[in-house]
Amino acid sequence: MRGNFLSFVKKESLHILRDKRTMLVVMLIPVVLMILFGFAISTEVNNINVAVVVSERTDGISDAVERLAQNDYFTFKGYISEDDIDPWLRSGKVGAVVVFASDFDRRKEQAAQGIDTKPIIQLIVDASNVNTAGSATAYLQSVLLGSASQQAMFETRMLFNPQMKSAYNFVPGIMGLIFILVCAMMTSVSIVREKEVGTMEVLLVSPVRPVKIIFAKMIPYFAISCIVLVTILLLARYLLGVPMTGGVWGIFSLSLLYLMLSLALGLLVSTIATTQMAALLISAMVMMMPILMLSGMLFPIENLPKFFRVVSNIVPARWYIDAVRKMMIQGLPIVAVWRNCVILLAMTVAILGVSLKKFNDKLE
Amino acid sequence: MSDIVISVRDLTKRFGDFTAVDRISFDVHRGEIFGFLGANGAGKTTAMRMLCGLSYPTSGSGSVAGYDVRTEGEKIKRHIGYMSQRFSLYNDLTVGENMRLFAGIYGLGAKQTEERTVELLDRLNFSSERNTLVGSLPLGWKQKLSFAIATIHRPEVVFLDEPTGGVDPVTRRQFWELIYEAAEAGTTIFVTTHYMDEAEYCSRVSIMVDGEVRALDTPARLKQQFSAESMDEVFSTLARGAQRGE
Repeated sequence: MRGNFLSFVKKESLHILRDKRTMLVVMLIPVVLMILFGFAISTEVNNINVAVVVSERTDGISDAVERLAQNDYFTFKGYISEDDIDPWLRSGKVGAVVVFASDFDRRKEQAAQGIDTKPIIQLIVDASNVNTAGSATAYLQSVLLGSASQQAMFETRMLFNPQMKSAYNFVPGIMGLIFILVCAMMTSVSIVREKEVGTMEVLLVSPVRPVKIIFAKMIPYFAISCIVLVTILLLARYLLGVPMTGGVWGIFSLSLLYLMLSLALGLLVSTIATTQMAALLISAMVMMMPILMLSGMLFPIENLPKFFRVVSNIVPARWYIDAVRKMMIQGLPIVAVWRNCVILLAMTVAILGVSLKKFNDKLE
Repeated sequence: MSDIVISVRDLTKRFGDFTAVDRISFDVHRGEIFGFLGANGAGKTTAMRMLCGLSYPTSGSGSVAGYDVRTEGEKIKRHIGYMSQRFSLYNDLTVGENMRLFAGIYGLGAKQTEERTVELLDRLNFSSERNTLVGSLPLGWKQKLSFAIATIHRPEVVFLDEPTGGVDPVTRRQFWELIYEAAEAGTTIFVTTHYMDEAEYCSRVSIMVDGEVRALDTPARLKQQFSAESMDEVFSTLARGAQRGE
């Protein structure tokens, strides 16, 4: 009965190919997300407008301001008076104001020798966006003091992502999200559609084993996901310049495992939902939200409250994203993330087991 | 091969305390058009599911096409055709692709598939529509196509679950012509319906009420027995005594 399995795979592929719009969406979403997150959306601080307040322009101050103006992250908006600070920040003309102490040059010398410990520069920053404010402050400090004093105390080296590009960070997250979207959502909707339309009934009366129907459905979606996976990896490597020194095959294998997990999730959803709408909603609410919030994609897991940190353990994407991040950016080989692999494998087996059982029970 | 294609003895299905099908017994002969009537909730669907090997009987016995409904469900599935009340072909596949799919499901080889496809399309006068998407066909055509596909593997019995729901009278008549043709060719037809005029077309009719078969005979003799003008009257007389609601 291998013939009937193949005719099923063929039929499922036809369904997908005929539905050109969905096909296009599935193929384009990853590309759009990659470009969006890679270029447009970023947590990097760029183009912060800065104004400077001084009582007199000394050489030291000019030096510091010059460095500021040269820096790509900042746009120097000019010298303003003390009275302007508040209105300029309020109106959003500037994001930060640098106020130099009156005898800046002399006190800087003293500070360098450790005689004077009082502040010599005041930074007034618009903190309505916490992230921007935080990074801006850090950058400003290093740019303004640039020389001697601070650097003598710390030598900082950013490993793995020296330019601190946020795109690196997003790629694994996008992957964690996309595959759930393509595999889980689309398989569940396609299975539920057959239930809704009534074709499932006819298939069940036929001599095909139900499990075969399900697996035949998964194969084309698996194939599509593989294409999407390759697309993402190529974009990540050549468009965003993600290093992937850990070897692309490790990332690829782990992703295949994650694909299977997503397919199993889709099957699980299809056994719960009775309408396509419900399948969509369950996929979107129950699966997407945790991925966005609890997988470490947007917010570091370490920053979550205890309760959510515990909950995040059952979000498969968390383990996947963590592992991909390590392999892609830190360049670790797949052996180094064996724990994540084992957890994902166990989850896949468990989900597949439960959903196959539920699927068979439903038939009775 | 015996002349009896479906044989049922005291077939019962209980769901907890509820007896959906209560000790029904009947025989269906080869080439017969067997009408299986009953109000909603009378237990028709449950009985049919047991005969199709989809549901396991609580007690009693039955055989379809020579296979035991208790132990040989998978074999039964290979020897029956099934058409549901809901239209159940794939709208986004062409007529030919739908045929090929179901031929594949029933294990027909490539050559056989092509032969049967040509034959069925020819009989339906559909040959020109082979590459048309099923979704763009009118409902009556779809239903005829459904029936043809249900017989693509030359099953011994075809189960039709309210096949003509929502179809206009002219198309219904055409549909019944197909059924007659198939029956004459030796295929046994097991059909449920709501339309009492269709019941008149059947060789024999059984009427289920509250999970039991209350009447079983040819339409003519049933009318005589209940001294009724039409099957409609026969059905109303029997259904009036029903305990179960809709």
